[in-house]
Amino acid sequence: MTIVAGLLHHVFEPGFFSSEPVHVAVIVGGVVALVSAVVGVFTVIRGQSFAGHSLGDVGTTGGSGAFLVGANPLWGFAIFTILGAGIMELFAARRPRGRDLATGIVLGGALGIAALFLYLGTTETSTTGATITILFGSMFVIRASTIPVFVTLAMAALAIVGALYRPLLLSTVSSDVAAARGVPVRRVGILFLLAMAIAVSLSCVTIGAILSTALLIGPAAAALRLTKRPGLALAWAALIGLATTWLGILLAYDSFYWPPARRGWPVSFFVVALVFAVYLLADLASRRTRRHHRAAENPGGPDARSSGFEETVVGDSLFGAR
Amino acid sequence: MTTRRQLADVGDEVLALEGVTLWLSGREVLHDVAFSLRAGELTGLIGSNGAGKTTIFRVILGLQAPTAGKVLLSGHPRPRRNRLIGYVPQSIDLDRDVPLRARDLVALGLDGDRFGVPLPSRARRQSVDDMLEAVDAKSFADARVGNLSGGELQRILIAHALISHPRLLLLDEPLANLDIRSEQEVVTLVSRIAKEQRVAVLISAHEMNPLLPVMDRVVYVAAGRAASGSTEEVVREDVLSALYGHHVDVLHLHGRILVVAGKDEGHHVELEKKRTLSQRAIG
Repeated sequence: MTIVAGLLHHVFEPGFFSSEPVHVAVIVGGVVALVSAVVGVFTVIRGQSFAGHSLGDVGTTGGSGAFLVGANPLWGFAIFTILGAGIMELFAARRPRGRDLATGIVLGGALGIAALFLYLGTTETSTTGATITILFGSMFVIRASTIPVFVTLAMAALAIVGALYRPLLLSTVSSDVAAARGVPVRRVGILFLLAMAIAVSLSCVTIGAILSTALLIGPAAAALRLTKRPGLALAWAALIGLATTWLGILLAYDSFYWPPARRGWPVSFFVVALVFAVYLLADLASRRTRRHHRAAENPGGPDARSSGFEETVVGDSLFGAR
Repeated sequence: MTTRRQLADVGDEVLALEGVTLWLSGREVLHDVAFSLRAGELTGLIGSNGAGKTTIFRVILGLQAPTAGKVLLSGHPRPRRNRLIGYVPQSIDLDRDVPLRARDLVALGLDGDRFGVPLPSRARRQSVDDMLEAVDAKSFADARVGNLSGGELQRILIAHALISHPRLLLLDEPLANLDIRSEQEVVTLVSRIAKEQRVAVLISAHEMNPLLPVMDRVVYVAAGRAASGSTEEVVREDVLSALYGHHVDVLHLHGRILVVAGKDEGHHVELEKKRTLSQRAIG
C-alpha cells in the first residue's frame, strides 16, 4: 500500500487536485479535446484537414486582435475563425474546384493582419508573452468564469455534428448520391464548417492557434487507424483526445519540479507530443493487424483475389502494341 | 422501420422523359430526348463518351434542370426529396482510411438523408443483412469500403441504392472498371434484381455487347440525341445514321454488334477486339 501511495504521490505532485488553475484546465481541456476529436474525425474523412489548420491560423488574427483591444481572446478566436470559414466558403463557391486555393488565400490574408496586430500589441506593451499565449496556448491561465462559454460553444458544435451525422457520412461517400437523395449537400457542408470553426477556436485558446491542428487531426487520424466502424472511430478519437489532454495537464503540472528552470514546461508541448506518440502507436498497431487480416483472408497468397484483374491485364497487353 | 413497398406491376411506366432539351453555356447538350422505362425491365443507355449519358442521368436525378421538357416519375413531376430513385455512381472517391464497413454503406441507403444519429435496431440490421444477401455480398460485409475490389464495391453500391426499395435504379457505367468475370456477375445480378424486385433499371454503358443478353430495351445516345426501343428497332444502320447525322455501319459478328460510326468512333471496334482477345486469354 505504501509503495502505491508513494508512487501516486510522485505521479500527482502535491497540490494537483486542489489547484484551481488545474481544475479549470481539466474541465476546459476535456471539453475542447472532446469537441476537437469528434469534429476532427469528419474533418479528416472529408479531406478538409488543410481548412482545419488554416482556421487555426485565421484564429491567430482574432486572438491578437483581442489582445490589442484588451478583450477576452476566446471571442477574438471564435469570431475570426467563423468569419474565416464564411469567407473560404464564399470563395470556394465561385470556383467549385478551388477549395484549397480559397483556403490558402484567406489563410495568407489573415496571417498578414495577425503579424500587424501582434507587432502593434507587443511594441505597445513591450512584452512577447501575448504572442506565446496566442500561438501556443496556455491552459493554466483560463479564468473559471469562462467555463460556461466553453461548454456552450462545445455543445453547439457537437449538436451540429450529431444532427448531420448521416448526411455528412453520405455526402463524404458521394456528394452526387447524397444530392440525389435530397440531402442539401452545400448547406450541410457550410454547417459543418461552422462546427469546425467553433472547435478550432476553442482549441486555439487551450493549446494555441498554431497547435490547434494537432488536437483536431491527431486523435481523429489515430482513431481511423484503429477501427473500421464510424461510431467506434468517434469514440476512439474522443478517448484519445481526452487522455492526451489530461495526461498533458498532469505532466505540465509535475514539470514545475523538473529542470532546467523549475518553472514548468508548456502544457501544449505535452499534449501535442502525446498526440503524436499515440498516432505512431496506432499506426504501428494497424499495420500489424492488417497484415494478420490479409494473411487470414487470402490463404492462397496475396494475389489470390485479384486473379480476375490479372486476366484483363493479359488481354490488354496482348493488344498493347496498337 | 421501413415498410416494404408494394411491388409494382411488371410493365408499369415508372419514368418518362418528354422532349427534354438542355442548353449549357451556349451549347445544346441534349436535344428533344424522349423515352420511358417500365417496371421489371432493364434498359441500356448506350453511347460513346461525351454523348450525353451522364447528363441524362443528372436530369433524371434532379441534379440538372432541363431547359425544356418534362421528367415524370410514375406520371408525376419528380419531388425534390425522394426515395423512388436508387442511384449507383460510376465510382466513389473514398480514402482507404474512412471508417465505413460495407454494411455501414448499405445502411446509409436506408436513411442516410435523415438527421441525427441512427439507433441500432434489430429490424435495421435485418434489412441490411437481407440486402447484402440479395447481392451476394455477405462474405465481405464487414470489410472496409476502401479495401473492396471494383466488383465488390459495385455490389455494395447496388445494395445501397436498392435498400430503400426504389422504383427506378440508375447505374452509371457500372462495367467501366471491371474485369470480365465481375462484369458478367454484375450484369446477371442486376438483371435478376430487375425481375425479382420489379424495378425499372437503367444502365449506362459505352459498350452494349455485355448487356445484349439481358437488355429488354435500349436508349441509344449520340451527340445529345436519343433513339429508344428494342435492340432490333434501334441498333440499325438507318436509325443510327439519322442519330449521328452521317453514315454508320452496324455489323453483326458471332452474336455481337459492332457500331462503326466514322473515324472518331473507331475505338468501338478496338474495344471489341480487346474483349475477344482477353476472353480468349481466359478460355
